Order: sequence, then C-alpha cells, then structure tokens
Amino acid sequence: MPIQVLMPALSPTMTEGTLAKWHVKEGDEVSSGDVLAEIETDKATMEFEAVDEGTVAKILIAEGTEGVAVNEPIAIMAEEDEDVAEAAKSAGSGGSGGGASEPKSEAPKEGAPKEGAPKEEAPKEEAKPAPASSGEAAKPAAGEGQKAPPATKTDDGSRVFASPLARRIAAAEGVDLTKVKGSGPHGRIVKADVEDAVAGGGAKAAAPAADKGASAPAAAAGSAAPAPAPAPSSPDDPIFKMLPAFEEVPNSGMRKTIAKRLSESARDTPHFNLQVDVEIDKLMAMRKQLNERDGADYKISVNDFVIKATALALQRVPECNVAYTEKAVLKFKQVDMAIAVSIDGGLITPIIKDCASKGLATISKEAKELAGRAREGKLKPEEYQGGTFSISNLGMFGVKSFSSIINPPQGGILSVGAGEQRPVVKDGALGIATVMTLSLAVDHRCIDGAAGAAFIKELKGLIEDPIALML
Amino acid sequence: MADSTYDVVIIGGGPGGYVTAIRSAQLGFKTCVVESTHLGGICLNWGCIPTKALLRTAEVYNYMTHAEDYGLKVEGVSFDLEKIVKRSRGVAGQLSKGVGHLLKKNKVTVIDGFGKLAGGKEGARKVAVEKDGKSVADLTGKHVILATGARARQLPGLEVDEKLVWSYREAMVPKEMPKSLIVVGSGAIGIEFASFYHTMGVDVTVVEVMDRILPVEDAEISKFALKSFEKQGMKILTKAQVKELKKGSNDVTAVIEKDGKTQEIKADRLISAVGIVGNVEKIGLEEAGITVEKTHVKVDEYSRTEVPGIYAIGDLTGPPWLAHKAEHEGVICIEKIAGEKDVHPLDISRIPGCTYCHPQVASVGMTEQQAKDAGHKVKVGRFSFIGNGKAIALGEPEGLVKTVFDEKTGELLGAHMIGAEVTELIQGYSIAKTLETTEQELMHTVFPHPTLSEMMHEAVLDAYGKVIHM
Repeated sequence: MPIQVLMPALSPTMTEGTLAKWHVKEGDEVSSGDVLAEIETDKATMEFEAVDEGTVAKILIAEGTEGVAVNEPIAIMAEEDEDVAEAAKSAGSGGSGGGASEPKSEAPKEGAPKEGAPKEEAPKEEAKPAPASSGEAAKPAAGEGQKAPPATKTDDGSRVFASPLARRIAAAEGVDLTKVKGSGPHGRIVKADVEDAVAGGGAKAAAPAADKGASAPAAAAGSAAPAPAPAPSSPDDPIFKMLPAFEEVPNSGMRKTIAKRLSESARDTPHFNLQVDVEIDKLMAMRKQLNERDGADYKISVNDFVIKATALALQRVPECNVAYTEKAVLKFKQVDMAIAVSIDGGLITPIIKDCASKGLATISKEAKELAGRAREGKLKPEEYQGGTFSISNLGMFGVKSFSSIINPPQGGILSVGAGEQRPVVKDGALGIATVMTLSLAVDHRCIDGAAGAAFIKELKGLIEDPIALML
Repeated sequence: MADSTYDVVIIGGGPGGYVTAIRSAQLGFKTCVVESTHLGGICLNWGCIPTKALLRTAEVYNYMTHAEDYGLKVEGVSFDLEKIVKRSRGVAGQLSKGVGHLLKKNKVTVIDGFGKLAGGKEGARKVAVEKDGKSVADLTGKHVILATGARARQLPGLEVDEKLVWSYREAMVPKEMPKSLIVVGSGAIGIEFASFYHTMGVDVTVVEVMDRILPVEDAEISKFALKSFEKQGMKILTKAQVKELKKGSNDVTAVIEKDGKTQEIKADRLISAVGIVGNVEKIGLEEAGITVEKTHVKVDEYSRTEVPGIYAIGDLTGPPWLAHKAEHEGVICIEKIAGEKDVHPLDISRIPGCTYCHPQVASVGMTEQQAKDAGHKVKVGRFSFIGNGKAIALGEPEGLVKTVFDEKTGELLGAHMIGAEVTELIQGYSIAKTLETTEQELMHTVFPHPTLSEMMHEAVLDAYGKVIHM
C-alpha cells in the first residue's frame, strides 16, 4: 500500500508552510527517522522526518513551493516489496484521505477520486476581517431578534463542540464560538465559557491550539500544569510549599480577564513609551476660577482637564486614535475615552463617549458618575467595553510617573502622575512651577514614534495653555 | 500495627469515603479507609438503603390493601413487623458486605477503628486510629480526606431517648408498631418515616415549623404533597412548634404551638427529624487548625480545607446532605489531587434530590421562586399524571411534573416532580442540565410510549404552549 506523505503541522498554529528543501529524491530508500525535507513555517525552519520505511516513489511538491497547506500530500512512498512505479501512479488518482492528521494515510481506495480536492480545502483564508479579537463583543452585536447561528466549524474545518445552551447564548450575544476556549469535557464549550467570553469583552482567540499541544496525559502528581504556563497553575504547585502561609483568594472573573488581557497585551503589543513634563500652574488657576464661579454645580478636577486635553489632542493628531488589526489600521472618527477606575477586587475602564466634543463640566460629571457606578459594580457592559484610548491616573497616590499596559485593541494609554512643585529653569533662571509628568504608551504596530511625539506635544500645549481647551 | 504510610488516607467509609477510596485506588494511589462502625456508613446501614426497604414494604402493603382497585381479591391483609425489619436489615447487611468486597477488589486497605488527625498544626498529615480505647494504627498520608458524615440534630426538649423519642435509627427498627406517632420535621427523613408509618396503619401527625412541608421543594410540589398526605388521612401541622414534651410511661404528649394557640397531642412515640449536624468532634480538627462553621468543615470548591493536604467531603461539609453529593465531591476531590484533566467543581444546581414517600417527590435545580429571586424571567410548564396513559394504567393518576426554564436562553433551570416513580425519572432532567440542553433538545427527544417519562416531555412542551395531552 503506497504511503502518502502529508505536509506536517510543525507547530500547533501552523496552517501552511514552505517546502524549503527536499533531502531525498525519487527512488531513495528511507527509513524511519531519516530527514525527508526542510519545512519553513511562519516561525522557523524545521526538519521533517520519515515515520515509515520505504522508497520515495514520487515527489508531488517541488522544492521552494510556498503556501503548502497542512495535510496536503507532498510525496508518495512505496512500502517494502511494493512496486515503486505503481505507487507513484497512485499519486494521480486522488486526494488525501480527507483531513487525515497523521503524516501517513492509506491510499485513496474508497469512492471516486476527488480531483483536486486537497487544493480546494487548503485553508489559505486567514481568519475573518474582524478587528482585534477582543473588541468584538464590545459592539452591541446582533440585535435581539437577529440570531446568526454560531459557527460550528473552526477555520480548519474541525467541529466546534459546544453545549446547546452555550450555542444559544453565543448566538444571542454575538459570540464567535470558534474563538471560545471550552472548559467542559474534552474542551466542550459550556455556558460558563460563553459567559466569561461575554464578560471578558469578547470571544478571544484564546490559544486552543497551544492547549492541544499540551494534552499529553497529565502526570499523576499535583502539578499537571499545561505546558509553558506563565504562572503556577494552582496553589497546589509545590513552589508554594516553600513559601510562608498564605490566604487563597480565588480568581474572580474580573481577575481572570485582567490577567488574560494584560498578559496578551504585554506579550503581543510592541509598546513604546514617551514622557513629558507639563506645567499646570495655569491649569490650576483656571480650575480654581471655574470651580468658584457663582452657581457652579460642578467640581472640575485636574484629571478632567487631562481627559479633555487628551481627547482634543487625539482629535488633532488622529494618527494616535487608532487600533491595529491584521488587515488594516482603524482610524477612529471619534474619541471614546476609557478611564481606569480602581474598584474592589480589580479595575475597570468606564468610557466617556465622544469625549472631544464634550465640555469640561459634562466630562467631569460623567466621569464622576461612571466612576461611582463602577465602584458599585453597576456599569452596563457597553459602558466599559470599547473605548479608543485610555487614561490612567495614579497622581493621587503621589506617584511621579509610571507607564501602563495598553488595553487592546486600543492603540495607546496615557499615564498621569502627581502634580507637584518642582524647580524649573526658565529663561536661564531657577524658578518653581507645578509640574506633572505624563507618560504615553503606544502600540508601535499602528503608531510610530513621530506620531506619538506629535500627539504628546499637542497635549502638552493644551495643558499648559488651558484656555485653548475652551475653544 | 499496620504498615502506616499511604498516598491517601480517608477517614470514614460511608458513600463519600468508600467511593473516593475506590476512585483513589483506580488512580494508582495507595489508599486506606478508616471506618469506626460499618462500611457504607449511615446511608447504607441506617439511612437511604434500609428505609427504601421499609418503604417498599409499605408500598406493597398499600397495593394489597387497595387490591380491589386492580380487580384482585386479598383477604386478611396483615404484616409481621419483625420480618419487615429483618428484611430491611438484611438488605443493608448485604450491601455493606458488598462494599467490603469492592474495597478489597480495588486493593484499598480498610482499618477498623476511629480515625482522627493526629499531626496537629505543624506536623505531617498523620492519622491516629483507635479501637475500644486502644491505639490500632498510626497512619501517615500524603493526602487525608475527611468523610466522617453527619448525624441527626438534637433539639432541646426533644432529645432522643431511644424509647419514646426516636431518631431515624430507632424508627428504622421498631420492636412493635406504635398506634400513633408524632413526626417533628417534614424534610425528606421526617416525611419518609411519616409516610411509612402512616401506610402501615399508624395515626401520624407531622409537625413542621416552616409554612410548608418539604420546605426545600418547589412550593407547588409542597402544596401537592400536603393535599395528598391529608387525603390519605395524615395530620399535618405547619408553622407549628413543639413547645414542651411530657413523657408518660409508654407515650408522650406534645404541647404544640400553632398560630399563637397551643394544643396537646398525645402519641405513643415521637420521631425527631429536625436536621443534620456534621460529625466534627474528636477528629482533631481544631488541633490541625481547620475551621468549623455551624458544625460543618469549611472547604473550597475542590473540598480543600485551609490546611494543605487535608480535605473534607460529603455531609461533613454541609448541605445538601445527600450520598450522591458526597460521592461526587469525593471523586472530584481525588481527581483534582491526581491532576486529572477536566475536573470541575460540583455544581449544586445539578444535584437531584429524591424523597421516597408516597407519592414520591424528586427535583433538580431551582424552584420557580428561586429562579425568580435569582433574576430569571421564567417559562413554567406543568403536566399532571391524570393526562398520562401509563399513570392511569398503573392506577397512579395523582402527580405533577413541573419545569422551569429561563425565558431568554431556554436553559432548564429546574424540574420538580411528585407522583409514582418520579425518583427514577428525575435523572432525565439531571442529564439535560448537565449537558446544558435547552427546551429545543428536550422537545426533540423521543420519549417512549407508554411511559411515565412522556410527562417529562409534555411538561417541557407546556412551558412553550405546545402541550398535547392537556
């Protein structure tokens, strides 16, 4: 029986690769373990070894061919005592055994030959034009009535296992099940997983593939941590036996979301940071003046000024009000400002929508009201999901400066330090000014250094000359 | 003294302990069970199983006394109490032996004695075993699982004296049939004994402090049960409390307060079934630094106590006090210890509960009220036994199946049943809950005709206005 040699998946995420080099030629005898070819993936070039013994009957894919889909036949081998010419002929007679995942499949005896079948199935299509995965559910997806049936197949055509209830909720909430990681038996997606996906701001393309790789039988000991876990998987980890006594605070949904999103961002988003000192004496004076006006029913904070100034600066430098996706950089036409609010057990980012077009008093009131409800846990999902840019302020703790992790899919985050009197040199003389340090972290995939600098310059100008905010 | 080092030491050989032990052995752990009294615990020896034997007798007796309904003639129906009890004990004995065999087959060491944590706070996980005041073993376990169970709660003034005031234990082995009986407490245990004795011809009065009997069940089911029992001739006092108990030489008089008025009820015996307390004493919990709250050991979702390596499962950790809860908890606990994949905490909403009175009661998940309180908009379906062909043929036309769905998602939130054989039916809904089916899958499931299970289908259809036979 001739053996089809299929394009191997050399990493869990690999869907196609380049056949860089053949180490064998037709007629060569190989034994198990011999290097057949070099395969180049998106990550590396790897050697592909023979699993079976036999003779290379026919090479189907020429050296240097790019975009060879995983599981596409690349060669035919004749087993021992088998006629090499006959085996080679079998190559023309049909496609692969249909989704055989092992690099060996029985020759296509059954049924009619499906011409060119493997080509058609080649999973060349890259995902969907979705924006960065985490943003999806933020949009008020699929109205109540509209119930798109949730996908039942993943991109590579394998079936999605999900409970009926999970499917129903996913359809109602517009969650893409192919991006949800199942916690049920054999990775089945259950209600709780979909609810987590909704709460976590969208069905994220977790790493199901990575998990598949780690599905090796668990060790009988307590530490069956799946492959390269960044943190010990549980308090059972032996490392904790060596540490002092501790209280175990189970991870809340929010804690898990924070951990997941920020790990992803810190790992996948190329951050770069820009710092600038701004003098806020004029701003303080204006704030005092505004707050002391007769009949003022507002109390504007320094942070409200920063919010307003940031929004205006983003409006003026729209290259920084962006999100990166694989297909395109999205330039938002409005600034929705996410404000980091520390709450019991974590933090949340309520959003002031269309911030640039709102006045200081409105921003101040909205910020207060949203923060208040955030602390009571009464925000609606649409009030904290989304946002085009974030601001985090730790000035009230006396922090001089810090840099934050970008909240994807946003392109940037501004970290605001404490306003304090510092010596400054002005016109060659030492003076005193109230100074605040602002740190900007941006996603270098969509915001370049010059754009970031232009934004921060604009921001500095607006804060130091706050009358401009009134225009 | 026995060889003393094990991977897993389990204190208590009840349904939680022995099942965990077998699973533990299957996972390759060297396992030991310490049991002071009888393998199988209360459940098998003095609870679930022997009461089912008694209730089966009552059921058959009931059929005999109603033989005419089925066109049969039976004369001189009577019973031999000693044989009834003997049968019940025999059933328990047979099964207890069976547990012994199972443990042996799985190479689980069983140590006869009373086990307690002996390591104290600092020490390793050591278990000292005593029998009749003498030390029989000092064990060390990498993991120690406490499964010591629970016992009947004693109410001041209603302390069990084994003669006039019974607990479940005395009630299970009566030497003579009382003519009249007061049952205090209308939970599963109280109601089962009330039902047994009433069926056997005893004049039974049930006293319940809550506003309804079977208080954990759906209110509609409680009401249905109340009507059914009253129709049978049982006396039931709800919102009533025993204020005082006067004991005679061979009878008791209970002073009962209801609606601000007191009344005296005289009966031969009184069964106290007012709840459960965990067996937390003398097992070294305090010394080990394990927290006990309201007579139950505090554990996390994987049955871990605050002390690493020490776990507690089953009744010892609190309600629901059910053997199948203990078993599942134990299996989850040991699989978690073994680092098995796909181990998840037990979801209490998926634990069915059964009461084997006549008519039987079974339920899983939230009651209608609980669902509403939890903020669900619900769709409720009902189907009566009277509309089911099999029920009529069985001569069991009294009963109700009720389903509670979440209106938005179609999630089956709860199912509640009363009537013949419902304890054997409820698992259908349990599976549905575990698989997270919606009303759609239940509607598309083909239920065989003619069976009682068709009512489960109809009760789903009814929730969505599609019921056929009503």
